[in-house]
Amino acid sequence: MASKVIMPKLSPTMEEGQIARWLKKEGDKVSAGEPLAEIDTDKATMEMQALSNGVLRKILINEGESAPLGQLIAVIAEPNEDIESILSEAPAAAPEKKEPAPAPAPAPAPKPAEQPAEPVEAAAPVVHTDKGRLIASPLAARMAKDSGLDLRSINGSGPNGRIIKRDIEAALSKPQPAAAVATASGYRDEPATQIRQTIAKRLVTSLGPVPHFFLTVDVEMDRAAEMRKNINALDADLKISINDIIIKVAAAALIQHPQVNASFQEKFIRYYEHADIGVAVAIEDGLITPVIRAADQKSLSQIAGEVRELAERARTKKLKPEEYTGASFSISNLGMFGIDEFTAVINPPEGAIIAVGAMTPKPVVRDNEIVVKQMMRVTMSCDHRVIDGATGAKFLQTFKKILENPLYLVV
Amino acid sequence: MPTLTIRDALNQAIREELARDEKVFIMGEEVAEYDGAYKVTRGLLKEFGPKRVIDTPITELGFAGLGVGAAMAGLRPVVEFMTFNFSILATDQIVNSAAKMLYMSGGQFNIPIVFRGPGGSAFQVSSQHSQHLESWYAYFPGLKVVMPSTAADAKGLLKSSIRDDDPVIFIEQERMYGNKGEVPDDPDFTIPLGVADVKREGTDVTIVARSLMVPVALKAADKLQEQGVSCEVIDPRTIRPLDVGTIIESVKKTNRVVLAEESHPICSVNAEISHQIMELAFDYLDAPVKRVSGADVPMPYAKNLEDLAIPDVEAIVAAVREVAYLD
Repeated sequence: MASKVIMPKLSPTMEEGQIARWLKKEGDKVSAGEPLAEIDTDKATMEMQALSNGVLRKILINEGESAPLGQLIAVIAEPNEDIESILSEAPAAAPEKKEPAPAPAPAPAPKPAEQPAEPVEAAAPVVHTDKGRLIASPLAARMAKDSGLDLRSINGSGPNGRIIKRDIEAALSKPQPAAAVATASGYRDEPATQIRQTIAKRLVTSLGPVPHFFLTVDVEMDRAAEMRKNINALDADLKISINDIIIKVAAAALIQHPQVNASFQEKFIRYYEHADIGVAVAIEDGLITPVIRAADQKSLSQIAGEVRELAERARTKKLKPEEYTGASFSISNLGMFGIDEFTAVINPPEGAIIAVGAMTPKPVVRDNEIVVKQMMRVTMSCDHRVIDGATGAKFLQTFKKILENPLYLVV
Repeated sequence: MPTLTIRDALNQAIREELARDEKVFIMGEEVAEYDGAYKVTRGLLKEFGPKRVIDTPITELGFAGLGVGAAMAGLRPVVEFMTFNFSILATDQIVNSAAKMLYMSGGQFNIPIVFRGPGGSAFQVSSQHSQHLESWYAYFPGLKVVMPSTAADAKGLLKSSIRDDDPVIFIEQERMYGNKGEVPDDPDFTIPLGVADVKREGTDVTIVARSLMVPVALKAADKLQEQGVSCEVIDPRTIRPLDVGTIIESVKKTNRVVLAEESHPICSVNAEISHQIMELAFDYLDAPVKRVSGADVPMPYAKNLEDLAIPDVEAIVAAVREVAYLD
């Protein structure tokens, strides 16, 4: 039977996609699950899989052209099947501006092409959106917790998609993917108190949807720089950067200050179990923040390796959506551009981001003497709905303490 | 073991207790000369004489009060209501005197009395004579409420009720008087109050049922077994004190519950049991607790409507399939 290939939703924020490359030509046989095309989304280049078997009969959107979500982009059918009726539904190719606009006439508007069905989610792990509450029976919730299963990864077979015992049993009987790749860390939601809700309401009125405030601190970096040098001298394979150390220190400080490792969710505040740290990476046409999951539990060399690998794939647009969404905190570093100090914009719903400036030798006063130290200026932007000035300041105090004496990382 | 009807098992229990303890006596409308409206007291007048087996006028409040007074004076009355519908007239004595006396006398007066008779639906006796009052009585601290579903339970529980030092509401079921079952003839056979009985073991769904709904639930369980669903059927037998533990243990095993009762749903005994399950076994529930209840209307007189107002096997089967997510 003929089936339509439509522009799939491949990232949470995607509205249209551009065909980077067709992996099949018209006339090629395809089977369900086979890669059909590479599609550039707003975030990355993603592979699109065929959802049915047959022959790729017609390509409607050429490489380099874009189509909105849900638009017909190709047809898969049997070799001799009549696909005219499907093709007639396709919107005319790119509107041709040069033709004179038809004179306004009282003729009935042309019948709009029938809206294609809902954009099909790409074959991917189940995604429960934040909008729809996750429904699970109490038993299923407890079983998932006991066995360390993420309920968000399970499809509910009960009424309204309720996840029930048999769904958990089915999930448990399936072989678990080895070392689950980059799944978001757990969290705990606590109702936002009245005072938090009032603070949020007042600040939003004044400052916009995410009311930022900024805290700046100077950090003496001599010991961190020395530690980096010593670690890298241990082994030629070790290439730890100052930024990797900052990630590790921020993660350690976040675990000590759970109020900062949190996000404001209107009626409740979400506290994350681990520090999932987004690291801003500049790419050719913008910026993306790959996430180092549970950085608090990773070693410096693990963090360094992951940052390098994720940043590389970010530059080639090969990141998967789950690799650049769902951080609990972010770090933006413009030190390499010689920027001393700047402010960064919070990536909602995260509660905070730190903007890291360049490490430079500066005269400072120590024991009433002017000495030269490697100084670095860090400015934290806080979402005032969840973090207050003193809360943020205490976090920065811890951050500064550990970064100035990185030995704290091992005690 | 002899096979007896529930009627004869009750008769045996009363006879054995009259013989065992001379403080025990029975009174009520038609219990003596007529052998009881439902023949539960057959032969007792002849055997024990008019001081132990007493016909009363049609004055429920009066003879209930007489019973409470007799109990305060040291006797152990068994008061028969021709049906529990008529106990409504006697509620002041039951609720305000019998239930409160031990507490309000500072522990001086136990009231070892049994109020017994048939409750629930009968055969086309219409709205005023087909009522389920167990949730009324179970509401009051100071009362115990017992509802047997088999001949053996009827005998063992009635003997325990007569020997109990507190007032007991003992509700039989008119439709079940002729149901037969094996009954131990040991005069010391009793069943303790407050202990549920697992009438059938199963693994997939727990059905809690009492009185008339027990045989219906067992039939439903047979049918469900053919459909591959294993049901555990629990009869609490005593409504107050309720054996919550047995129910909770079962729910922890099956994770799904259907509560069946003849009574109306609002403020019913099963509303209470449902709450207990939610509170004590929340983390074990895989589906919302489902109730199967009598229609929320006065009992109709018409036979076809009466049939529709009482839960049947199909209703329980459908509820079990729903909580097991089979449909």
